[in-house]
Amino acid sequence: MVTLADLGVLRAVRAGTDGVLEIVITPTFLGCPAMRVIEAELLAVLAAAGHPDGRVRQELAPAWSSDWISAEGRRKLAEHGIAPPGPANEPLPVRLGLAAPCPHCGSAATRPQSMFGATRCQTVLVCTACLETFAQMKGM
Amino acid sequence: MATDAVSVDVAGYALRLGDDALVLSQRLCAWVTRAPTIEEDLAIASIALDLLGHARVLLGHTGERDGTGRTEDDLAYLRTERQFRNALLVELPNGDFGTTVARQLVFSCYALLLYTALARSAEPVLAAFAARAAKEVEYHRMHAAQWTVRLGLGTAESHRRMQAGLDQVWPYTGELFEADASAERLDASGAAVAPARLRSAWESEVGAVLADAGLTVPQPNWQATGGRAGLHTEAFGPLLAELQAVRRQYPDGSW
Repeated sequence: MVTLADLGVLRAVRAGTDGVLEIVITPTFLGCPAMRVIEAELLAVLAAAGHPDGRVRQELAPAWSSDWISAEGRRKLAEHGIAPPGPANEPLPVRLGLAAPCPHCGSAATRPQSMFGATRCQTVLVCTACLETFAQMKGM
Repeated sequence: MATDAVSVDVAGYALRLGDDALVLSQRLCAWVTRAPTIEEDLAIASIALDLLGHARVLLGHTGERDGTGRTEDDLAYLRTERQFRNALLVELPNGDFGTTVARQLVFSCYALLLYTALARSAEPVLAAFAARAAKEVEYHRMHAAQWTVRLGLGTAESHRRMQAGLDQVWPYTGELFEADASAERLDASGAAVAPARLRSAWESEVGAVLADAGLTVPQPNWQATGGRAGLHTEAFGPLLAELQAVRRQYPDGSW
């Protein structure tokens, strides 16, 4: 399972100024509709852990970067058939040109197919060895 | 909720950007299942979703700063035409694919310049929003530039349509850079960026793409205006009716 901590979405768990336990999260993409579900599930976890008055807070700054995805998170993404993102800080044409290895067959002979995929955070590549398309998380 | 003069200016600024993003998102959605290829369906839907995400943050911030406490949904679904502050460019009907690509090119070049500059704003929410949004819009800009070049250098027919699309949207680009007293005040204090400052950079960036594409920079003898003051085109009413219909018919509906 890829966790919120693996993705770098979970920023902090700490006592707020009023002593109430607070979880701080940062959205991967602005206005991501998954944030509401994530918040609800985190509140349930807080309640189950004995903090029914706990809070979840969204912080936009600093902006989330795919570089925050842990090594463990990258390994799990690949296991799920999603190639992990390349470096976030290269110029966009360089990032798009850095072909990720195919998560299905492992071949390095892949090429970009579309900058946009099934979700906002994915691009689509095609493997010229096994001929499958696959998603890669955008490096940004 | 009490508010101050700077907050009123920031709220107005966020509302203009938020309305641009919301209305363009709604327009782009209509391409889904009608784009030239399935990859393009996904691309346009992705771009529309990015813009909707931008609108959520910006409209949410508007309601926090203007003293009314309105939510993003209140602002999107419960205002009437005259209360929207989007530039007329984003509400124009989609036209053919060339027209949509032309609008995407001019808008994404503008938005990328604006958000890159706004990322250095002294307003923390605007700065955080802009830093992230710029990374998303970079993809939109590249997508539009690639299509512009492909259509411009494609067949005689694709070239003709791409040029016609540019000719159609060009008179609506001036409004993006219009001077505005509240934006000037925010710019002077470092809280935001007056779009007027970005015009020459925008002209050279868009001009470079058009040169690569073998297309001509249009020289229209008129400029559209009015959207920032709430005066919209005839096409805006039906767009808004479709956007708001469900929310207005089922005011407290949920699922």
